[in-house]
Amino acid sequence: MPRPNDALTDPERPAGTAGSSGSGGAAAVLRRVPRLLLSQYLVVVLTVVYVLALLPFTDGLLSSGNVANVLSNYWPLLVVAVGQTFVLVVAGIDLSQTSIMAITNVVAALLVTQAANPVQFSKSPFWGNLIGPDGGPLPASAWGVAVAVVAAVALGALIGLGNGLAVSRLGMPAFMVTLVSLLFFSALAIWATKSENVVDLPDAYVWLGSGDLLGVVPVPLLLAGGVAVAAHLLLARTVLGRRLYAVGTNARAAAISGVPTARVVTTAYVISGICATVGALLYSARLEQGRPTLGANQLLDVVGACVIGGVSLFGGKGNVLGAALGVLLFVVLANGLNLLQLPFTTVMVVKGLVILLAAVLDVLRTRGLEGRT
Amino acid sequence: MTADAPVLVVEGVSKEFFGVRVLRDVSLSLAPGRVLGLVGENGAGKSTLMNILGGILVPDGGSMRLDGEPYRPRGPRDAAALGVTFIHQELNVFSNLSITDNLFLTSYPRLRPLPLLAKRASRERARQLLREVGLDRSPDDLVETLAPGERQLVEIAKAISTDAKVVIFDEPTTSLTARETEKLFDLLRRLQARGTAIVYISHILADVRRVADEILVLRDGGLVGSGPVAEFPTDRMISLMVGRALEQLYPDRRAVPGDGVVLDVAHLSQPGVVADVSLQVHEGEVVGLFGLMGAGRTELARMVFGLDPYASGSVAVDGHRVPPLDPRAAIRRGAAFVTEDRRDEGLLMDFPVVDNLAMVALPRFGRGPAGVVDTRALVAAAREVGKSLRLKTASLERQPARSLSGGNQQKIVLGKWLLSQPRLFILDEPTRGVDVGAKYEVYTVVDDLAARGAGVLVISSELDELQGICDRILVLRRGEITGGFERGAFDAERILRAAFGEPARRASAQDVAEETT
Repeated sequence: MPRPNDALTDPERPAGTAGSSGSGGAAAVLRRVPRLLLSQYLVVVLTVVYVLALLPFTDGLLSSGNVANVLSNYWPLLVVAVGQTFVLVVAGIDLSQTSIMAITNVVAALLVTQAANPVQFSKSPFWGNLIGPDGGPLPASAWGVAVAVVAAVALGALIGLGNGLAVSRLGMPAFMVTLVSLLFFSALAIWATKSENVVDLPDAYVWLGSGDLLGVVPVPLLLAGGVAVAAHLLLARTVLGRRLYAVGTNARAAAISGVPTARVVTTAYVISGICATVGALLYSARLEQGRPTLGANQLLDVVGACVIGGVSLFGGKGNVLGAALGVLLFVVLANGLNLLQLPFTTVMVVKGLVILLAAVLDVLRTRGLEGRT
Repeated sequence: MTADAPVLVVEGVSKEFFGVRVLRDVSLSLAPGRVLGLVGENGAGKSTLMNILGGILVPDGGSMRLDGEPYRPRGPRDAAALGVTFIHQELNVFSNLSITDNLFLTSYPRLRPLPLLAKRASRERARQLLREVGLDRSPDDLVETLAPGERQLVEIAKAISTDAKVVIFDEPTTSLTARETEKLFDLLRRLQARGTAIVYISHILADVRRVADEILVLRDGGLVGSGPVAEFPTDRMISLMVGRALEQLYPDRRAVPGDGVVLDVAHLSQPGVVADVSLQVHEGEVVGLFGLMGAGRTELARMVFGLDPYASGSVAVDGHRVPPLDPRAAIRRGAAFVTEDRRDEGLLMDFPVVDNLAMVALPRFGRGPAGVVDTRALVAAAREVGKSLRLKTASLERQPARSLSGGNQQKIVLGKWLLSQPRLFILDEPTRGVDVGAKYEVYTVVDDLAARGAGVLVISSELDELQGICDRILVLRRGEITGGFERGAFDAERILRAAFGEPARRASAQDVAEETT
C-alpha cells in the first residue's frame, strides 16, 4: 500500500535521495542530522525519554490515577488535532478550531441544560426564547442529548464550510479567514452566555465524556479512537485522501489533472470543524459544563502536536498516526510539568520550545525533500 | 586604445548543460558604438550566450575580454558594475515602486555619512535620465502606471545610469507598439553615438537588419555565419538558421488520420492573446502548433483545456461543446493536457510513481460510497501503462518522481492521462528537458496515441521535431494562425517565414501591435 506519507519513514528509501539531488545549506545540514531526528517517530522517542527522565523526580507519574488523567486530557485533543491534520495536509491552517470548540459546546449545553440560574443568564440574548429557569428546550433523555450533539456537529461543520469556501473559492489566505473566525466565534460564545458556564447538564451528556461501556471501555476512548481510525482510513485509503495530499503538494498539477481542488480544500475545513466540535463535546462532557472559553489556550498545542508528529505546515505530508503521537507528547509534557509543580510560566516556555523544535524539524524535512535552495 | 579597438571580445566560449552542448566554440568581437544583431531559432543558444555575457552563467570554456581586461563576471551585478547591462525580455522592474526607486534600486545615492537615502538628489538624477531616454514622466510615477514601452525606457535609463559599455537587448520590441519601437530605435542610435556597444537579439529579422551593423547567426549552439549586415539579406539569415538536414531522428508514422473530428476550435479570441483562431484535429492525426515564443501557443492550449479564459469562440471535443474555464469538463470529454512545466504543473515530485500515475484516473479505482482505493487494481493498471511507455523505475510504489530522469518524468505525465484513455492529447513542449534518446521514445508514444485513434496537438519550438512527427503543422504568429502545412509539403523556410511574418510583415505587425496596446 503506497502511502505518500511513507516517504519520510520508509526504511528502503535511500537516505541520499533527498540530499543528493540538492545543493546548499539545508541539504548539508540534513546530512549531518541523524535520520531519526527527521523521522516521524522521533516524537515517540521524545515522549519515552521525557517520561523516563521525569520518573525519579515525580510522584506517581505512572500511577493508574495519573495515567487515567493524562488519557482523559488526551482524547478530546486527539480529535481536534486529527481535524487540524486534514487542513494542514492541504497546505492550509485552521486557527478557528478553538473558537468552534467554544461555540459548539456552549450551544450543545444550552440546548440540554436542565436549569439555568436567572441571576447569571437573564442577560443572555437567549433568555426567554431558547433558555429559561428550567434550562434549554431539549429533554434530559438520551434522545435529547443526541439532538443537541447533532446540532452542535452541524454548526461546527457549517463554520468549517464557511472557512473552506472563503479559502478555496474566494482565494483568501487561510490564516486570515480562520483568524477572523477565531475572533468572531470566540466572542459569540461569550456573548451567548454572558461569560457564564452552562451547568446542570443531563447524565446522558456527561456520559459522553466520562462514561464506560460495559464498565471497562471509556466512552471518550471509543469516540476519539473511532474518529481517529476513520480519519486515518479516509486519508490513507480513499480517493478523497489521495486528493487531499495531491492538492496540498501541488495544487496546480492537481487542478490540471482534473482534481476538484476547491471542493477538496473545502472538505478539509469541514472535517476540521466537525472534529473540533467532537473534541469540544468530549471536553465539555467531562467538565460537566458548557464553557464559553473552552479550548481558548489550546490552539498552539493542537498545531504544535500535529507538526511535531510529522504533519507539515507546507502541506502534503503527515498522517493521523503522527498527529496522535504528537498529541500524546504534548499531553504528557503538560502533565509532567504539572507534577513537577512548575509555575505556569515555565510550562509555557517549555511548550514554546517544543513547538519551536517541531517547526525547525518541519523546515529541515521539507528542505531536505525538495533538495533545492 | 584607438576608437576602433573592440570593447568586448569573446573567444571560443562553450557551455554544457547536463552533458548537452548548448554552446560550441562561439567567438565575437564588438567595437564601441556598433550594434551586433544576434539571430537564431529558439534553442539555438542565443540566450545562453547572452546569459554568459550578462554574468548569469559561467562558461565551461573560452575566454572573454572587456576593454582589453579579462572579463569574468561573478554575477549580473558584477557584470553591470564592470559595464555590461542586460535588458531582459521579461523586464526586471518592480511595478509597485516609483521610477526613481527602480532606477537606483542597487545603487541608491546616500546622504553620506548618514545611512539614509538621498531622495531629492535621486529624483533630480532620475529626471535627467528620463530626459535622456525621452520618457516624459515624473520620477515619482509608479512603474505599474507605465505602458510596456515606457517600462523598457526605464530599464534603458537604468543601463545609462551605470554608464554601461555594452548593453544587451533581448527581444526588446515584442511588447511595443510601432510608435514605441521607433522611439526605441532612436534611442539605440543615440546610445551608439555615445560609443555604447549594443547586442540586439530579435526574431523580427527586419528590425535586426535595420538597427544592426553586424550580424551573427547561431544554430544548435554553434556559429554558422557572421559579418556586416549588408551580406545578410533576410533570406540568407533564415536559411542559415534552419540549416541542418533532417536525420532519421523520428519513428515512422504508422497512424493514418481518420475523418472524425476530435478537437474543433472555432473562432477563439481573447484580446491581446489570440485572435479568431479556428482549428481541427482529427482522429489519429498529429497536428503541430509552431510559433515563436510569445506567439500564444501555450495560451491557446490552456484556453482549449479550460484553464484560461477566452472572450469569444467555442471549443468542442468529440463533438461535445466544452465550457470555458472548466478543465474537469474537458477531461470528462476526453481531453488530456501535458503541460510544458512538469515540475509545477505535472507531477507530485516527492510522491511515488504510482501516485502520480493515479492522479487523473483515481476515481475509477474508488470502491464503495467512501471511495476506498482498490490499490491492487491501481498498481496493476499503472504497471501496464508503465510497460507500454517503457517507463524505467526501480519501484512504481516506492520511487519518488523526483529521482527519475527528465524523459521518464515526462512519461509519467503522459501515463497519468493514458490511464483515463483520452480522445485528445494536447502536448506542450513534450521533449523539453528530455535527452535525445528519450525524445525518440516520446515521439513513439505520440505515434502510438494517434494509432489508437486519439487526436494529438503538439506544441513545440523545435521545427525539426514537428516536421518529424506531425501530419500537419499550423503556424501561430501574434495570436493568429498564419499558415497551415500538410505533411509532404513541409518546408522549413516557408514555415519560419509564416512564423516570423515575412515578407509582408511590417504593416500587419504594426496593426496587431496597435490593437493589443
